Amino acid sequence: MEELLQHLINGLSLGSIYSLIALGYTMVYGILQMINFAHSEVYMMGAFFAYYSAKLLKLENSPSFTTLLIILFITMAMCSLLALSIEKFAYRPLRKQPKLNVLITAIGVSLFLQYVAQIIFGADPKVFPTLINDQLLFEVAGVPVKSFDVTILGVSVTAMFALHFLVYHTKLGQAMRAVSHSPAVASILGINVSRTIAFTFVAGSSLAGIGSILVGIKYQKIEPMMGTMIGLKAFVAAVLGGIGSIAGAVVGGLVLGVSEVLVVVYGSSQYRDALAFGILIFILLFKPAGIFGKNTIEKV
Amino acid sequence: MTSPLLDVQNITMQFGGLKAVDSFSMQISKGQLAGLIGPNGAGKTTVFNMLTGVYQPTSGQVVFNSKSLTGLKPYQISHHGLTRTFQNIRLFKNLTVLENVLIAGHQHIKYTWWDIMTLNKSFSLEEKALNEKGKQILNIFGLYEKWNEKASSLPYGEQRKLEIVRALMTSPEMILLDEPAAGMNHSETHNLMELIAKIRKEFNLTVLLIEHDMKLVMGICENIFVLDHGVKIEEGIPSKIQSSPKVIEAYLGVDSETH
Repeated sequence: MEELLQHLINGLSLGSIYSLIALGYTMVYGILQMINFAHSEVYMMGAFFAYYSAKLLKLENSPSFTTLLIILFITMAMCSLLALSIEKFAYRPLRKQPKLNVLITAIGVSLFLQYVAQIIFGADPKVFPTLINDQLLFEVAGVPVKSFDVTILGVSVTAMFALHFLVYHTKLGQAMRAVSHSPAVASILGINVSRTIAFTFVAGSSLAGIGSILVGIKYQKIEPMMGTMIGLKAFVAAVLGGIGSIAGAVVGGLVLGVSEVLVVVYGSSQYRDALAFGILIFILLFKPAGIFGKNTIEKV
Repeated sequence: MTSPLLDVQNITMQFGGLKAVDSFSMQISKGQLAGLIGPNGAGKTTVFNMLTGVYQPTSGQVVFNSKSLTGLKPYQISHHGLTRTFQNIRLFKNLTVLENVLIAGHQHIKYTWWDIMTLNKSFSLEEKALNEKGKQILNIFGLYEKWNEKASSLPYGEQRKLEIVRALMTSPEMILLDEPAAGMNHSETHNLMELIAKIRKEFNLTVLLIEHDMKLVMGICENIFVLDHGVKIEEGIPSKIQSSPKVIEAYLGVDSETH
């Protein structure tokens, strides 16, 4: 029982990271109807932004809550800038082109960033700076609760609530929802569509930046190829929840995280990645709209 | 004489080899209620699309409030105080009635992302004021009780009404209504006529409407423009339009016998 609880905590903290990244996929899909494959590379770059900013500010060996906050904000800002330039130079010129062109461009941007990162940062893994100490905080029913897990869950839950507030209680969020429904009508009503789309990229990539730091804290190892697998898993999480749905991305990420941990513990760690893709195939076969998605019929 | 609020100067819209609208001009002075009529495919909606920046005219220009609208995006034109509704209902179906209205009011709130992050007074006051204004405007049009319902759950007539209310929330000086009575029954059309007269008075609006319902057009418009095959064939007061041979010809065809 205690063991199971421990695994659940592990699964939730892994799942909340998937959720954070899945939110970026789902938001961009909601507003542009495209899968932004470069998102996983924004996440990867986020880890390096955090690594180098901690080095430059000489914060790599002074773990504290303040350190974590400073690095979080810098990384979010840098990831936003990166995503804004991707949107402006790679996607915006193609906005009126068929969706497939943008999709292929996204894959191109993703590969470009992966290899640029290998050239600049080197292909070898780097040790992520200790931003926060891993210590035993308290025990619940004999289960040790450590500060890593609390930080990861705390930061991601806060970020998700902030996103929820932004989308449902501010003019920016309402503009996002209006544009995702119909850019033409939103524009007639005075909403600057390009700016709203840019803002969606900022929000999604900030969450990816947060995710990259949490992964850095949890696994302490970063490398230029780290975005590929977690990006695919987060994409599966977004599809599982229903792509385009914000609640779906959160739930999808958590379900995926917990089931992955349970498979590793009670099955075999070899099936860890197979599970995610098994879920993807299963969802696409039996409920393509996902848990929270609405089944829309594509009009021809 | 003061310059007209809307001054359309020889706008032409060419799609490849097809001239959808050919050198169309019209002047509408402030406070007027004008109508744009014509047979199907005459180019009426194309004119609306050019006025609101959905299409850029191939040539000619649109001057609104003494400012040229040439090259502006739809949202910028909306900021200048010119807005429209659509022929087919284009509400944000999955959002609530109130949210539909609030979205249109956003251009008038000023808070920045910094105000959101710090959750300061400017943010909460402006959001609150906008909410109030939205509920107030819904109240005027008898939609207040349904503010929290999904827009798609409203009956057809109320959806059309909500579309007009939403456009009003942008605080326009002039509103373009594209077939506001389309698909309405007799009593709904009657209510709509009263509504248009009401918004014009209460919001001090200038109105231009496209309509097929001749009774509605002749009943409320002060000035009418008639388009046929992209060309303006007549303009003037309703009685002049009704007796114009060119208009009768355009609607009934040359060879048809008139009764």
